[in-house]
Amino acid sequence: MSVGRDLTTRGGRVAVATTTYLYFALILLLPLGWLVWEALGFGATALLEKLRSDAALHAFWLTAVIAALTAVLNGVFGIALAITFTRQRFFGRSLANALIDMPFAVSPVVAGLMIILVYGPRGLLGFFFEGVGLPMIFALPGMVLASVFVTFPFVVRELIPVLEQAGTEMEEAARTLGAPPWAVFREVTFPTIRGALAYGTALTVARSLGEFGAVLVVSGNIALRTQTAPLFVYQAYADFDMPAAFAASLVLILVAIAMLVLLGVWRRRRDRLERRRV
Amino acid sequence: MRIEVRNLSKAFSGVPVVRDVSFTVEEGQLVALLGPSGGGKSTILRIVAGLEDPDAGSVTLGDRRVERVPARERGIGFVFQHYALFPHMTVADNIGFGLKVRKQPPGEVARRVEEMIALVGLQGLGERYPHELSGGQRQRVALARALAPSPRVLLLDEPFGAVDAKVRHDLRTWLRRLHDNVGVTSVFVTHDQSEALEIADRVIIVHHGRIEQNDTPEGIWRGPANAFVAEFVGATNRIAGRVAGDEIDAGFLRHPRPAGLEDGAPVLVLARPAEVMLHPVGEDESPARVHRISFVGHSMKVEVEVPGHGTLTAEIPPAVVRAKELVPGRPVRVTLSAAQIFPSDTTPPGTITTAARRQGRLSSLFSRLRRARA
Repeated sequence: MSVGRDLTTRGGRVAVATTTYLYFALILLLPLGWLVWEALGFGATALLEKLRSDAALHAFWLTAVIAALTAVLNGVFGIALAITFTRQRFFGRSLANALIDMPFAVSPVVAGLMIILVYGPRGLLGFFFEGVGLPMIFALPGMVLASVFVTFPFVVRELIPVLEQAGTEMEEAARTLGAPPWAVFREVTFPTIRGALAYGTALTVARSLGEFGAVLVVSGNIALRTQTAPLFVYQAYADFDMPAAFAASLVLILVAIAMLVLLGVWRRRRDRLERRRV
Repeated sequence: MRIEVRNLSKAFSGVPVVRDVSFTVEEGQLVALLGPSGGGKSTILRIVAGLEDPDAGSVTLGDRRVERVPARERGIGFVFQHYALFPHMTVADNIGFGLKVRKQPPGEVARRVEEMIALVGLQGLGERYPHELSGGQRQRVALARALAPSPRVLLLDEPFGAVDAKVRHDLRTWLRRLHDNVGVTSVFVTHDQSEALEIADRVIIVHHGRIEQNDTPEGIWRGPANAFVAEFVGATNRIAGRVAGDEIDAGFLRHPRPAGLEDGAPVLVLARPAEVMLHPVGEDESPARVHRISFVGHSMKVEVEVPGHGTLTAEIPPAVVRAKELVPGRPVRVTLSAAQIFPSDTTPPGTITTAARRQGRLSSLFSRLRRARA
């Protein structure tokens, strides 16, 4: 073996770094840059025109509503679930712990199908909702449900290690100092998990904004009714309306970049809170 | 306030941790629960605090039965080994927490916080965060926080366990003085016998979930109730013997016989290293030989090997070691200036088991278990 192939030499390190950056550029930077370039090629006026259409505005509005509802639902239930998991011992706990990650493993399309099976018009529970005049499928509730399902692990997975690391002593101290359960949560538990909750929620929102498969299955992709921004892009592309597809894509990319910046700030803040723990 | 614990029992997943424990702490006393790790003393303390529910038995604070009363209504203060300070609050907010959640007016809270900061000697540190303090300072904040709502009982779980040796020593004399100033009935848990004997009014020795002895520090030091207590308070040399006439015959050594033992009965002789006396003798006059001498600060540790029996440990002032010309290999006769003698099973006379070594092994096992669990 020649010395030059040894990864610990200077030449070796440069070779590894170059390959890594090339890979990174090929699968990430190039497509992203190309899309932005192509989009701008249509001219700002054409893009704005497309974005001002009723279908586009509705799609973005719907996407924002779904993301917001998903964040609230997974935030609240994520906290409840993480606290139950770390503060109580119950039968089947380790199985449930493994199941939390299931949404990451299951294809979103399959997730959408599962939701239709249960909440569809002839589904197990959908039958009931249909009866009370609140259809789940091809409507907002089903789309939120799909989004909640797909992003479910983010908050829980952020909170569990933080709660485990913090232990129960601070909460016990608060109890002995006279704090009722709600005050223990508000004054001690919540400030402990705040950083991780913000981070987990931001991941939830980011993922929810881009969710396609699960939402496509449960929404039926009806323009001006159940079409989200990613579905709008897909539809515009399928209809050869390239300026619309690129315009909406550009907005989604800008939002994604904004989310990344926010995530970076929050991660630093979360880590700073972590370091304070003594 | 008086604490009365009656017939307390507690098991965790079927494993008994506290077994039928009863004791009383009188108003204004400072009492230590002393024992090896995993003996159940922290669980007893946590049951008194209301952080664990007992399986059986009663806890009475003053004249009120409290087993079913939530921790927040018991009027106790609790200090944790690892401080359990709230990292997102300043020192002042930590100390004021118990008053704030009890809806005291802000002015009153601020006044009391100032008072507590002065009491524990942390003036000028009120706006710091816990992570900006040293271990000793953190423990003072924890104590101030527990005392701020004027608890009628103060409970401390290994309060000095997490600070280093020097600070630990300062903190314990400081705690005793603080207790004398405040006068609140206090119970603290420790596995350090010197800590318990130095500052407690009474020491309750807990082992395997049971109380082995409940006495004054001097009573425990002078009259351990059984072999376990004697060992735990420093009598680390265990020598098996037999009552023979006016003496205890332990093979290579003899000791005056205490009253109340039958002739021929097997006994266990326990002696602290400082109670072991060595006398240089001629080559064939004693089987015991000095094996190793090491420096332990205030005295020399002399290990004596007795062939066929084991090794004894003596602690002897350096001047005496020099005067008696104790060097490794030197034959010595062993006597005991004092010893605790208990009836025993029938171990052959003279067999030595060094308690310190067994305890060391046990505690390292425990710490390994704790690490594995963490």
